[in-house]
Amino acid sequence: MSYFEDFKPGERRGLGSFAFTAENIKAFALKFDPQPFHLDEEAGRNSIFGGLAASGWHVSAVWMKLMVAEVEREAAARAARDEPLVPPGPSPGFRNLKWIKPVLAGDAVSYEWEVVSTRASEKRPEWGLVNSLNTGTNQHGVLVFSFEATVFVPRKPIRD
Amino acid sequence: MSHTANSSLQHISRKALHMTTGLKTLGFEDFSQGHFGTFGPYHALREDIIAFAAEFDPQPMHLDEEAAKHSLLQGLAGSGWHLCSIAMRMMCDGFLLRTACLGSPGVDEVKWLAPLRPGDDLTLDVEIVGCRVSSSRPELGFVHFKNQIRNADGQLLLVSTMPVIILRRDAIGGASR
Repeated sequence: MSYFEDFKPGERRGLGSFAFTAENIKAFALKFDPQPFHLDEEAGRNSIFGGLAASGWHVSAVWMKLMVAEVEREAAARAARDEPLVPPGPSPGFRNLKWIKPVLAGDAVSYEWEVVSTRASEKRPEWGLVNSLNTGTNQHGVLVFSFEATVFVPRKPIRD
Repeated sequence: MSHTANSSLQHISRKALHMTTGLKTLGFEDFSQGHFGTFGPYHALREDIIAFAAEFDPQPMHLDEEAAKHSLLQGLAGSGWHLCSIAMRMMCDGFLLRTACLGSPGVDEVKWLAPLRPGDDLTLDVEIVGCRVSSSRPELGFVHFKNQIRNADGQLLLVSTMPVIILRRDAIGGASR
C-alpha cells in the first residue's frame, strides 16, 4: 500500500471478481451462517432470495480477500521499484454495509474500492485514516453490495 | 466447545429443526425492545483464526505470531471479518435458526474495539433497539439488533447494529417453508 499522504479522494481501483459456487457458499454457511437458504438449493428457491444464496458475511469476507490481494500486488510493484513496503494497519470498523441484492450460486461479483476521504489520526501521529466506499457488482452489472470502510495507513516518515 | 463445521446440519430444514428440537418458531412478535439474551461461549481456536485468515484476510498480523508482534495489534489477532462471522454464527445458534428469519438488508455499523485472540471464549450479548412492521409487506417486520461480543475477561471486542427481517407470527406456516 502507499503512504497516507498518497491517498486522494476519488482514487478508484478494481479489485477483481470472485465466482460464488454452490460449494463455496455452503462451505462458508456451514461454519458461520447455517440458515437453510444458505445451505440447501430448495430452501434457497423457496426463500426471498430465489436460489441458493451466499451469506452476506461471505460476500463481505471475499471483499477483504480481494483487497488483500490488491495490497500484495502493490507491495510487489513497490519492491520491484526498490521502494519501501508500506503495509496497511488495522481497521477500527465500518459503516452502512448493504446487501443490496442476493448473491446466488453461479454469480460472479466484481469488487471496487474508492477513496472517499482521509484524515490524520489524533491519537497516533504516525498513522492516518483512509475512508473508502467499496462495492460489489454481479455479472449482469447489478450492484449487489456496498459499504464504507476505514483503515489505518502509515504516514510518510519525516526525513531531516 | 468448538463450532467447527458439522455436516449433519447441512440438510436440516427449518421444519425438521423445529420438529427435532421441539422448540416453537419465533416470529416478529417474539422480539421486543430491551435485552434479548446472552449467548455462547464460542471458543475461537488458533487454527480456526489462521484458517479464516488464510482464506479471506491473509495479512501477517492474522497469520504469523512473529509478524503480528510488530503490528499495531501487538500479537496474533483474528480477522475482524472472522469476528463478524462468529457473531453471525452465535446469533444462529442462539436463536436465529429457530426464528422465521428471512435475511438481512445489511449492517448499520461495526466497531472492532479490541483484537480477537487465539483461545478466546466469546459471549454475545444481544439487545433489541427497535422493531417495526414493514409498510409495504405487512406479513413481515424488521428487528434491529445491537450485538456486543466480549472475551472471558469481559473486554468488549465488537459492537454491531443490524436489522433482521422476521415473519410475523400469523404468516409463519403459510409463507415459511
